[in-house]
Amino acid sequence: MTGIITAIVVLLGIIALVQIVRIFEISREVSKTDSNAVSERDNDTQGKLLLAVMIIGIIGFFYSFYAWGGITLPKPASEHGVDIDNLWDITMGVIILVFLITQPILFYFGYKYRGIKGRKATYYEHNNKLELIWTLVPAVVLAGIILYGLSTWVEITFPDTEEDPMVVELYGKQFGWTARYAGEDNQLGYANVRMIEGINVLGIDASDQASVDDIVVTELHLPVGRPVMLKFRAQDVIHSAYLPHFRVQMNCVPGMVTQFQFTPTVTTAEMATDPDVVRNVTEINEIRAAAGEDPYEFEYVLLCNKICGAAHYNMQMKIVVEEEEAYNKWLAEQKTFAESL
Amino acid sequence: MSSTDTHSHEEHHHEETFITKWIFSQDHKMIGKQFLVTGIVMGLIGVVMSILFRLQLAWPEQSFPILESLLGKWAPDGVMDPNIYLALVTIHGTIMVFFVLTAGLSGTFSNLLIPLQIGARDMASGFLNMLSYWFFFASSVIMVASLFVESGPAAAGWTVYPPLSALPQAMPGSGMGMTLWLVSMTLFIVSSLLGSLNYIVTILNLRTKGMSMTRLPLTIWAFFVTAILGVLSFPVLVSAALLLLFDRSMGTSFYLSDIMMASGELLPNQGGSPVLYQHLFWFLGHPEVYIILLPALGITSEIISTNSRKPIFGYRAMVGSILAIAFLSFIVWGHHMFVTGMNPFLGAVFTFTTLLIAIPSAVKAFNYITTLWKGNIQFTPAMLFSIALVSTFITGGLTGIILGDSALDINVHDTYFVVAHFHIVMGLSAIFGLFAGVYHWYPKMYGRMLNKNLGYVHFWVTFVAAYGVFFPMHFLGLAGLPRRYYTNTAFPMFDNLAEINVIISIFAIIGFAAQLVFLFNFFYSIRRGPKATQNPWRSNTLEWTTPVEHIHGNWPGEIPEVHRWAYDYSKPGMEEDFTSQITPLKEWEEEESH
Repeated sequence: MTGIITAIVVLLGIIALVQIVRIFEISREVSKTDSNAVSERDNDTQGKLLLAVMIIGIIGFFYSFYAWGGITLPKPASEHGVDIDNLWDITMGVIILVFLITQPILFYFGYKYRGIKGRKATYYEHNNKLELIWTLVPAVVLAGIILYGLSTWVEITFPDTEEDPMVVELYGKQFGWTARYAGEDNQLGYANVRMIEGINVLGIDASDQASVDDIVVTELHLPVGRPVMLKFRAQDVIHSAYLPHFRVQMNCVPGMVTQFQFTPTVTTAEMATDPDVVRNVTEINEIRAAAGEDPYEFEYVLLCNKICGAAHYNMQMKIVVEEEEAYNKWLAEQKTFAESL
Repeated sequence: MSSTDTHSHEEHHHEETFITKWIFSQDHKMIGKQFLVTGIVMGLIGVVMSILFRLQLAWPEQSFPILESLLGKWAPDGVMDPNIYLALVTIHGTIMVFFVLTAGLSGTFSNLLIPLQIGARDMASGFLNMLSYWFFFASSVIMVASLFVESGPAAAGWTVYPPLSALPQAMPGSGMGMTLWLVSMTLFIVSSLLGSLNYIVTILNLRTKGMSMTRLPLTIWAFFVTAILGVLSFPVLVSAALLLLFDRSMGTSFYLSDIMMASGELLPNQGGSPVLYQHLFWFLGHPEVYIILLPALGITSEIISTNSRKPIFGYRAMVGSILAIAFLSFIVWGHHMFVTGMNPFLGAVFTFTTLLIAIPSAVKAFNYITTLWKGNIQFTPAMLFSIALVSTFITGGLTGIILGDSALDINVHDTYFVVAHFHIVMGLSAIFGLFAGVYHWYPKMYGRMLNKNLGYVHFWVTFVAAYGVFFPMHFLGLAGLPRRYYTNTAFPMFDNLAEINVIISIFAIIGFAAQLVFLFNFFYSIRRGPKATQNPWRSNTLEWTTPVEHIHGNWPGEIPEVHRWAYDYSKPGMEEDFTSQITPLKEWEEEESH
């Protein structure tokens, strides 16, 4: 039934278009003018439309920040995240400024110089000085952005080696995450997919002394303020460990180990009281209540951010950042690898 | 010289049969039209797919009977299966990037315009040109056929990263569908190479008398550089695809190492690197962005100049920036790989080279704007689409400064911020360029005019809907929403994004409806549109000196000689506001270096 209705609607649409076009053609024959040539009136209408759409667009631009600015990720929960967000704010400031200068000029020129019969355009084919200016100015601005960006990048990717970070492995497979703590020796035991057997889901080499105190868990707990070196592995296809609140992302690639070091600075409990988070959680819970779903409490989360198969959209792990004490208590409750065998 | 030319032209005239004229044509104008119509059909398929997955994203749990009737077993009870969702985004990307914006855009206009604008009877090799189209056609047929195989089409994303794409056990789409994808792409690359070589040779060798390189219209410069990019980068994709085929069917381990499937199956492969594939892929993948974008920029340079009734501002700078962008495009591929675990030092180098591209891009944007300044703008639909291109080129280019910065990329990599960025800068800009080109050269292609008022409707709805779709996506990315998620309902933290998703999908459906207006206008006007005059836009370039009726060999008599550059619009001292390239210099005129 819907098929027939759709077909009828499409057919009627086409007939309507044919009729509209026929009207154009007949009116052209009647008035003996070429209705397909762009007339002065067209130029006037289209020029004014450009101006109007630009103004509405700019209003929409600001309104979107007002309406949706709040849904963006809350303040960073890691040390380097603050640097990234500062760099973000400055770069974003520059590009928004350029956007707000160039777009209005583009559309305004369209409006201002809309064609008028008899007027002749100005023959102006080049101006080396002008062109030099708008090559050099972007170059200088970009040099600043590049330098600032690279210094941030280097700080993030070449972290202080004296910090002695706690080593934790994140392990991805279709479609879930596992974490492994290095234990007291802070060294992960050797592991390879060829050694996966039974409950040894990460393929840890039991004969490697470093593996004895490793702790395998399905929920990631991190002590606040302590540097963490995340090591990433994948079992089947590429996954990407994405920890948006910490501004951390790294691919997990089968056959190799990747890494990312960072320091969490805000506990889950603290973040849950952040005004932005409170506002968003309230909003989310209103939506959930309307749909008859359980209320949501803020939590940090690890997502998969590299397409990995059917359930890619639901590959997640809870992350808890807590005080050292609570963390130690939680960790003591977990079985070591040797104990679990 | 002239007598042989006329002679050969007459010789051709007798030989045409139905098959040589309409099917296995070696005439560049016909081949251009073949590329265009095939591109439009593929584009329709690609856009319908995007509407289907937008339905899923906006109303994830809702049942749509249309989904079941279109997708069958992949949408039981009208709700899409996650596997077909991934297949739809994959094939949407593949079709739009390669079949529409590469073949449909560059294939159409390079073929149509290169001989006409440089003053040649045809391409250097009409036969290779014909082969180029038919390889493209075969490749399109195979890609479409892959939609109907039992295990579904390729679904590992348009970049088809192994191991996901290499292992049929990893997802159904990596079965037969993936093999067909690779075969189709290989044929596509053959087509692209045959075309590109032909374009390069033709431009270098067959320019008419007086048509020096510095008198070439910017369209030709753009097509020329695009062809060089294609010839240098597409073969690398062939190698990536071949190695992937070997890994899939011959047990090699180029991209595979230490893999155990979720089922417990341990694969024997050892020593390969999935990251190798990404390097090979993006070595094409990034120049590919400019293979798509440069022809669109060339087309709009021409249209903006013509319709502003002014010379393009800074011709040499425009050529220089095309060359600079093309050169840089080969040394920036790593910016797609900042979070792959690639050495951070390399990340720094790629950040540097990537952000440099903003300089020539800025020059282009400023030069476009200055071309409008003090013009006498004629708002044809082509001109409106060209202005829209400049707008999206600026918007999308600016967010590129964010994504090209490795430190900033960490947190928005693979989120909807990226989806927004590349759809605006590459997707919209190129498609606007394509539309601009179709509206502008339709009279040259079909001898008739497109309906102007339908063109205006098409433009305004498309333009507003396009920003309506892609601008809000930035916010989804800033909220941390990853791309290629079948639904975001698995994470309560994204529950408040549902509203934006609905808005985006509604704009997408409105935008789609506008394309139906275009389709109607296009096919209706082929037979019923008002007859075109020889030079409807009062343009300077050579294609408007050929007769409206297509003839083999393009010019009935001698090929005209060129006396000036293509941009003498509103030149002081001239009676008309345009001066065709074939107009000899007046005594008082000096040959200027532009």
